[in-house]
Amino acid sequence: MENVVLLAVDGSDGSDRALDHAIARAKQGGAKVVVAYVIEWSPYSFSTAEENATRHKRRETEIERANSEIVAPALKRLDGESLEYAGIVRHGHPAETLIAIAKEYGAVQILIGRRGHSGLKSLLFGSVAGNLIQTAPVPVVVVP
Amino acid sequence: MTRILFFLFAALSIAGPAYAGIDETINNFTAPIASFIGSVVFFKIPVAGANLPLVVLWLVVGAVFFTFYMGFINLRGFKHAIALVRGDYADPNSAGEVSHFQALATAVSGTVGIGNIGGVAVAVTVGGAGATFWLIVAGFLGMSTKFVECTLGVKYRNENPDGSVSGGPMYYLTKGFEERGMVGFGKFMGTFYAIGIFIGALGIGNMFQSNQAYVQLNTVAGGALDGYGWLVGLILAGVVFAVIIGGIKSIARVTEKIVPFMAIFYCVFAIIVILMNFTSIPAAIGNIFSGAFTGEGVTGGALGALIIGFQRAVFSNEAGIGSASIAHAAVRTDEPVTEGYVSLLEPFIDTIVICTITALVIGTSQVADPNFAGEATGVAMTSAAFERQIGWFPVPLAFGALLFAFSTMISWSYYGLKGWTYLFGEDQTLQTVYKLIFCAFVALGCVVQLGPILDISDALVFLICVPNILGLYFLAPVVKREMRAYVAKLESGEIQRFKH
Repeated sequence: MENVVLLAVDGSDGSDRALDHAIARAKQGGAKVVVAYVIEWSPYSFSTAEENATRHKRRETEIERANSEIVAPALKRLDGESLEYAGIVRHGHPAETLIAIAKEYGAVQILIGRRGHSGLKSLLFGSVAGNLIQTAPVPVVVVP
Repeated sequence: MTRILFFLFAALSIAGPAYAGIDETINNFTAPIASFIGSVVFFKIPVAGANLPLVVLWLVVGAVFFTFYMGFINLRGFKHAIALVRGDYADPNSAGEVSHFQALATAVSGTVGIGNIGGVAVAVTVGGAGATFWLIVAGFLGMSTKFVECTLGVKYRNENPDGSVSGGPMYYLTKGFEERGMVGFGKFMGTFYAIGIFIGALGIGNMFQSNQAYVQLNTVAGGALDGYGWLVGLILAGVVFAVIIGGIKSIARVTEKIVPFMAIFYCVFAIIVILMNFTSIPAAIGNIFSGAFTGEGVTGGALGALIIGFQRAVFSNEAGIGSASIAHAAVRTDEPVTEGYVSLLEPFIDTIVICTITALVIGTSQVADPNFAGEATGVAMTSAAFERQIGWFPVPLAFGALLFAFSTMISWSYYGLKGWTYLFGEDQTLQTVYKLIFCAFVALGCVVQLGPILDISDALVFLICVPNILGLYFLAPVVKREMRAYVAKLESGEIQRFKH
């Protein structure tokens, strides 16, 4: 079986630390790193007719930006370490989408940085890492 | 600009009392125009003691035809429509695009307006309880018309150079006829429709909405706003102005998010009121059925009730008018017919669920106390029915009515704009001209009486169903082909549910 790890990034400091950890982990085990960024989106949200008409274009812009600003820098570092890698940007519910990607790529582990939100904030907005720990089918490593 | 508006408001509110006569003046001026337009469009043929407006006949015949021609798609397609909205067939790779749910929600918030609260009251006042029955029948038949027009809306939409999409009857009329080698006729029909939707947007999606919002506000304020329609109108117009010209999208976005919850809130309380009137429920339902076939006390008897019911249903769910297909056209799908399925749910939610609930609130109140509303009609009558059981409800109802009115106005400003840009191109200055006209009519709507407003909006809206439905007859075979091909793919397993 191919040794693949999924690294969830969001451009924060925590996700940079997770990247460091992923590089170390991949070097040890010779794993391929799949870098994923999920743009939070729900098919059940409400929008105006005007927003809908321009949605297709905006989606492309969102993906482009996420790629160039968040995923590409991480890939560049992996490239520098001459590791095997892949990048992916997708819309959806963060934890659910990450799990779907993990299954798709046959990842044996999910790595994610900790945002370090206070109790109230994570209570209000939920925590992707916390969600993953509860629902992921593979081990989750939360990097502090 | 906002500063100028502010001073304008300030000046007007100081000079207020002296201008209280404005309402009356404008009213006297517009009433004859309204009744003239009304008499032209609502050319009536006397049938068995009732007057049957030709346009209503036109819509009913269309809806019945599409129901049979599509093999009762309104029944057969219902389950599949729900599956599509739930996203059972949504490809995960297209996440982030406009989903079926979003397209439906946007279209529904454009259709669920004051017609669902006030229009039903008008139907019951004029057409008796029996009008409710025909309203439901019209909603059911209208599902088939929606299916046809929304499938076409997606199939023949335009992908603009900037990546946005424009769809709707003006596009399917033009392109659909072009495919059949009738280029000139298609252009004519598309233009006819575009003019119609642009003018119609000023009625059904504008004046009627602002008028009824004002009426409900005034009711809650205990008549303190009598004669101040122009002021309420100006404020409403100011907010609409801020959104559609000022580009303050956050207002529109917030409204879009609140409206669905308001609709649920409204339905929940309506059901509570109906349950509180529970001893009257059997009699109220009995009245609906008996009234539908006897038409007791209604001018024109059963046929009179039928006409009113159909007229109000179309006014509320817009089936046959083609407006919703403009909103539905934004969805991302490889199969245009899927959006047709989804759009079936729109008349269902709008007319069969929400309108029926309102009708029962009014009906059960009427059984309990025939004079519960006094002279009130429209939104005020519905409000009175709620107030009988829940004293504080008129206030949130006024707020809800205002929001419904507002979201419908925003949606319709977009529909009208699409007609306008179809005619005059994407020029920004010209678009602003249209938007200014739209705002002016918002203000006007609060000033004139309900009667003339209904005449104008009914007339204008029904006018555009003439080119639309005519086009639908011609293009229905295209929809049928699409539907058959799609069903075949479903059955062969080529199109499958995605695991989620």
